[in-house]
Amino acid sequence: MDDDVSTPGAPTPILRVTGLSKSFFGVPVLQDASLELFPGEVHGLVGENGAGKSTLMKLLAGVYVRDAGRVELDGEPVEFTHPVQAHQAGLSTVFQEFNLLPERTVAQNIYLGREPRKGLLVDRRAMNQATADLLEELGITSIRPTASVSSLSVAQQQIVEIAKAVSYDARIISMDEPTAALAGPEVDLLYGIIDRLRTRGTAILYVSHRLKEIFDLCDTITVLKDGRIVTSSPASGLDDASLVRAMVGRPISAFFPGALPGTTVGDPLLQISGGGNDQLDDVDLVLRAGEIVGVAGLQGSGRTELVEAVFGAAGFTRGTMTLGNASYRPRSPRDAIRHRIALITEDRKAQGLSLNQSILDNALGVVRSVYPRRTAAARREAPGVFSSLEVVARDLDQEVQFLSGGNQQKVVLAKWLAIDPQVVLLDEPTRGIDVGAKVAVYSLMRRLAQEGKAILMVSSELPEVLGMSDRVIVMRDGRIAGEMPPTASEEQVLQLATGARGVSP
Amino acid sequence: MNRLTSTHIVYLVALVTIIAGTVLVGTTGRNFFSAGNISDILTGTSILGFIAIGQTLVILVGSLDLSVPYVISLSSLVGAGIMANQAGNILPAALLALLVSALIGLANGAVVAGLKVHGFIATLGMGLIVSGYLGSTYQGSAGQAPLAFRLIGATGIGPVPVSTLIMLACAAVVLVMLNTTRLGHAMYAVGGDAPVARMSGVRTRTPVIAAHVICSTMAGLAGLLLAARLGVGSPTIGSQGGYDLLSIAAVVLGGTLLAGGKGSLVGTLGGVLIFAMLDNIMSVLQVNPFLKDVVRGIVIVVAVAVYARRRTAQRPARFGRGPTRPGDTAPPPGPGASRQGNGPARGDGTDARNEVPA
Repeated sequence: MDDDVSTPGAPTPILRVTGLSKSFFGVPVLQDASLELFPGEVHGLVGENGAGKSTLMKLLAGVYVRDAGRVELDGEPVEFTHPVQAHQAGLSTVFQEFNLLPERTVAQNIYLGREPRKGLLVDRRAMNQATADLLEELGITSIRPTASVSSLSVAQQQIVEIAKAVSYDARIISMDEPTAALAGPEVDLLYGIIDRLRTRGTAILYVSHRLKEIFDLCDTITVLKDGRIVTSSPASGLDDASLVRAMVGRPISAFFPGALPGTTVGDPLLQISGGGNDQLDDVDLVLRAGEIVGVAGLQGSGRTELVEAVFGAAGFTRGTMTLGNASYRPRSPRDAIRHRIALITEDRKAQGLSLNQSILDNALGVVRSVYPRRTAAARREAPGVFSSLEVVARDLDQEVQFLSGGNQQKVVLAKWLAIDPQVVLLDEPTRGIDVGAKVAVYSLMRRLAQEGKAILMVSSELPEVLGMSDRVIVMRDGRIAGEMPPTASEEQVLQLATGARGVSP
Repeated sequence: MNRLTSTHIVYLVALVTIIAGTVLVGTTGRNFFSAGNISDILTGTSILGFIAIGQTLVILVGSLDLSVPYVISLSSLVGAGIMANQAGNILPAALLALLVSALIGLANGAVVAGLKVHGFIATLGMGLIVSGYLGSTYQGSAGQAPLAFRLIGATGIGPVPVSTLIMLACAAVVLVMLNTTRLGHAMYAVGGDAPVARMSGVRTRTPVIAAHVICSTMAGLAGLLLAARLGVGSPTIGSQGGYDLLSIAAVVLGGTLLAGGKGSLVGTLGGVLIFAMLDNIMSVLQVNPFLKDVVRGIVIVVAVAVYARRRTAQRPARFGRGPTRPGDTAPPPGPGASRQGNGPARGDGTDARNEVPA
């Protein structure tokens, strides 16, 4: 139908996407995205968090319905409203979250909902045999079809996910960060699987943050930024540096408030020396009063584990900590709170708030349970705190589940301000909140620093880490890989976070 | 390779109970393995067995059924009432009683699957409705089971009562359904993770409705069996037995996860057997009935605590937990992590856990 676009004789794309757009609540997350996918091609999709990669994949998979644009499969326009339709049309997706039932076997998972039958009964032998054949075809011999998924390693589960996608006779498989959970040899295994799929003529859409993989595997690379495709070209024409620049090359706006007048970096408040547990090792860190220290690193590098260790949620089993002049060894979060340490957790809804309770009850949550005698005072101060944080709500009795993400985060902050913390740990404090709320969080951090509190902020957003911190510590594989001044470039931080060489700005 | 599953534990506990029973019953000068005693124990398994089979399915799909006691009573009354001491009426009466029970299950399933009311509430409500109907319609026992029907409750093959054989036959059918049909697989899938099941193309309502229908029908069978034993139908026979909570306890004791998605019918039967044996031993020993409940309660809580302990999943450790540091060797660069691209973040919680340094 639209084949007149392609040159005669050139291979026809198996998938053609034109002008795909999607907004959530009026916020465009993907705008006018177009790409083509050819049989046997591995097409890399890269971009920062929130660039629109996952949205694009979910639109193709039928998880989201597009606002505008056109998707053609073999030249036929398609419109999927449910992932099963996409599967049946030959487009399978391996999502980041596993879609497996841990208590069922590999074969039962792969053939869930379409088990081969003999008469009315499931033909278990045929199902196991088909699974074994499928795994063998992918070059996997280490997974038994009858093994329960919960007994498999994360890497093996990932392979089962891919096998499940392949089992639908998929001609297109999109993979969202398939190596995120994999270590070295397992990544090689995945490379092998992708090679086999490529030779079968399967087209692969490959999302990854790991540039090495992108260059190792992909024929074509598309870069997304802020919901738009910035480049789409053969991998041979790109190198690390040009790709990184295409992804992060954005001006750091005057978005980050500077230190407030009178802020002075004082004496060491919290000192960790040789801290370690089963996720961290050899952590040496000094936090000073009035200082904001940023923590950068890849997901899984131990950033959250670090703040959890200081907060006593999963404490250090090695090393020592001192708080002020006294030894500090928190046995529990409660213990840490008694030492006036606050942790604004990464997952606001699961760990930060009691969603169906009121704003006031949430704000008094910590005080009530740990400093009950301060409750009345905190209740009197609450309206002032909320107006200083500019919380937009009907009244303090409103349930927090009805607030926007930014206002919810302000409630979390108010909850911790009520204990007048001396050390404030923030884990992804601006995730999923709007710009206005972000600025409010930044301003509050500056105010706390001015008051002489020590602040440790974990963030995945490099501009934020560099824009707000006095010092940036970079974590890698459970250790502190190094420290950088806020004048460092994003590329330099990335280099340290990944242990990469050769990415120069 | 063959790790100890909860089903193994259940039967291990059953074995311990048998040994304890042999010794304890022996101290009173009686024989735990006498034909009479075995028959007593097996009789004790039959009624609870029916309910627990159905309850296993309902719990597997992530629901609960608290209406079973009232379905039992209603079925006994419908059955005995229509039989009215006429042998010719046995078949239609039994079929009608089962149909009524199945319809109650259908209503339960429709409310749970269709209106998304949790099974606890849906079946609590249904139980109250049926209970109210029973209370307002029947003043006491009613109907009359003919002799031919009463024989079902009284005869046996050797020491094995016919009622137990019927229960085991039902268990066998349900076992085949659960393990070797798409419906059974779908029940596990829906109870385990409904979104995953839906994403895999499973119709997520059917298994829930089917489980409720089967559960209620089983309760209806139990009601008929009680009518055969008593010779009449009774509006209180179900609630007197406390079969709702006891059957849930048997299912959980059998290793089925109360949250659904994991469990086995064979384990449930083990749980039922343990309860029947405990009852029997304590009756022989003439234990105070309140103390019986204490013992049952302890068994349930201990069993579930044991399962919970075994299920605690641990994140793989990156470093040793020990107090000594694993040397000051440089950290190995993350394999495959070199030249990594974008902002140091990924969306989910599964992380690149690289090897543990030597």
